[in-house]
Amino acid sequence: MTAETPTHPIALHVEGLEKSFDEKPVLRGIDLEVPRGSIFSVLGPSGTGKSVFLKCVANILKPDAGRIHFHGRELSSGDTAARDEFRRRCSFLFQSNALFDSLTVLENVALPLEQTTNLGKIEIQRRCRDALRQLEMEEFLDRYPAQLSGGMQKRLALARAIVTRPELVLFDEPTAGLDPLRRNAVFAMIAKYQRQFHFTALIVTHDVPEALAASDQVALLNQGRIAFVGTPAEFSISKNPFVSLFRDSAQALGESLAEIRSGRSTVSNL
Amino acid sequence: MLYKLGRLSLNLVFEIGDFSLFTARAFGSLAGSKLLLRRIARAVHEQGTVCLPVIAIVGVFTGLVLGLQGYHVLSRFGSQGLLGTLVALSLVREMAPVLAALMLIGQAGSALAAELGIQRNTEQIAALETMGVNSYGYLVAPRLVAALIVFPIQTALFVILGIWGGSLSGSVLLGVDSGIYWSAVHRAVEARDLQECFTKAAAFGILAISLCAYQGFHAHRSASAVGARAVSAATTRAVVISSIVVLVADYIISSFFI
Repeated sequence: MTAETPTHPIALHVEGLEKSFDEKPVLRGIDLEVPRGSIFSVLGPSGTGKSVFLKCVANILKPDAGRIHFHGRELSSGDTAARDEFRRRCSFLFQSNALFDSLTVLENVALPLEQTTNLGKIEIQRRCRDALRQLEMEEFLDRYPAQLSGGMQKRLALARAIVTRPELVLFDEPTAGLDPLRRNAVFAMIAKYQRQFHFTALIVTHDVPEALAASDQVALLNQGRIAFVGTPAEFSISKNPFVSLFRDSAQALGESLAEIRSGRSTVSNL
Repeated sequence: MLYKLGRLSLNLVFEIGDFSLFTARAFGSLAGSKLLLRRIARAVHEQGTVCLPVIAIVGVFTGLVLGLQGYHVLSRFGSQGLLGTLVALSLVREMAPVLAALMLIGQAGSALAAELGIQRNTEQIAALETMGVNSYGYLVAPRLVAALIVFPIQTALFVILGIWGGSLSGSVLLGVDSGIYWSAVHRAVEARDLQECFTKAAAFGILAISLCAYQGFHAHRSASAVGARAVSAATTRAVVISSIVVLVADYIISSFFI
């Protein structure tokens, strides 16, 4: 085990991560390095194990095999001190936002600070208001999550994730169910606050253009394995057949539709 | 058949062990819980204030029925004077702890199971864990402490209103002398009866609330249902199992006090 170094150049190092459900393998040996201070997106089609991968990293799911290192320190299941340290320095933004619906906006953001730090009430209030002001939500402090729009709920979830000043933020499909304009806005928001707060962002998504525009590095997951890792520029010119298929899916759809319209193909061929 | 029986027994042993660990974890997390008093106060309000009208209504009517039935049974032997004794001892030793617990399970316990089930479904519990917040300490422990406060108080209220209901039907409606009724109540109830009453109330509180919390907390484990159906199944299981466990525990505790 490497000694803990908060300034380790690799924020997250995953080795041979495996996970199965009912003997059906979902992750088949994931190896990945996420550089510190970068935005790293894991792309892939639905059902390929992206969220499972992220939940294994966050210890919501227990991996069957493999090792995870955070800033050089292994997060083994027996080392509770390392796990606690990881939890203190990491935040998770759920696909569903996982907001506490019986708490107000301010109470939602204050919760991790109240429960996991020894900060005083005034300092907690100050930090929460700061985070909410930066996310342009200061005027909604007393509202409940159900009274907010989808985009505002996403911003509230992000405010709760960054209020503890984490070094790593895990984003699980942050744009799921949003229209293209909101998708762009969410990725722009992640990029903006990543630069402002200097955290490492690990995002799983299937929104290719947005992820390529906002990320420093991308990985492509296919059937539980990493099919590609590189920069967005490398992804755009990669000859890897699965990368091409995934990247050019819109063009492929156009070609398939043209074939259907011309009578040369049927929907069942798709 | 033998295979099924074996599997059922193993599941039962697993569930009992897992439930015991769950309750132990919840109590164990009390030491590290922050803002505990605020959460306990909220839980006392949820379990206590909300259930107060139901407890009051059921308490009064139980006393009224006890007075009515007791009077007709005792009058066969010319012992109407013992009506106060019958009503008071029935309520203190058995009826108040059991019925108050069943009412609280129906109202507060089912609400708790549904709330935790929804929190599990919407990943709120997972969110707590990723934040480093002990979900047992935050969600379950305050409810258990509140149950230790609320169940005995609600039981006491049930006893008082029940005895008053008994006097209403016995003395006011059926003509038993009020002085005789209240003096019989006073003479019948001893310290040991009150001890039994409050021991049961506290034990039922812990058992019922931890069972309801356990079912809601693990709503996602159900193999036969997912989503909203899993929450509904967890709520039903919570009410049925905790009601049965309260009745079994009542027999066991009673046998120690007899």
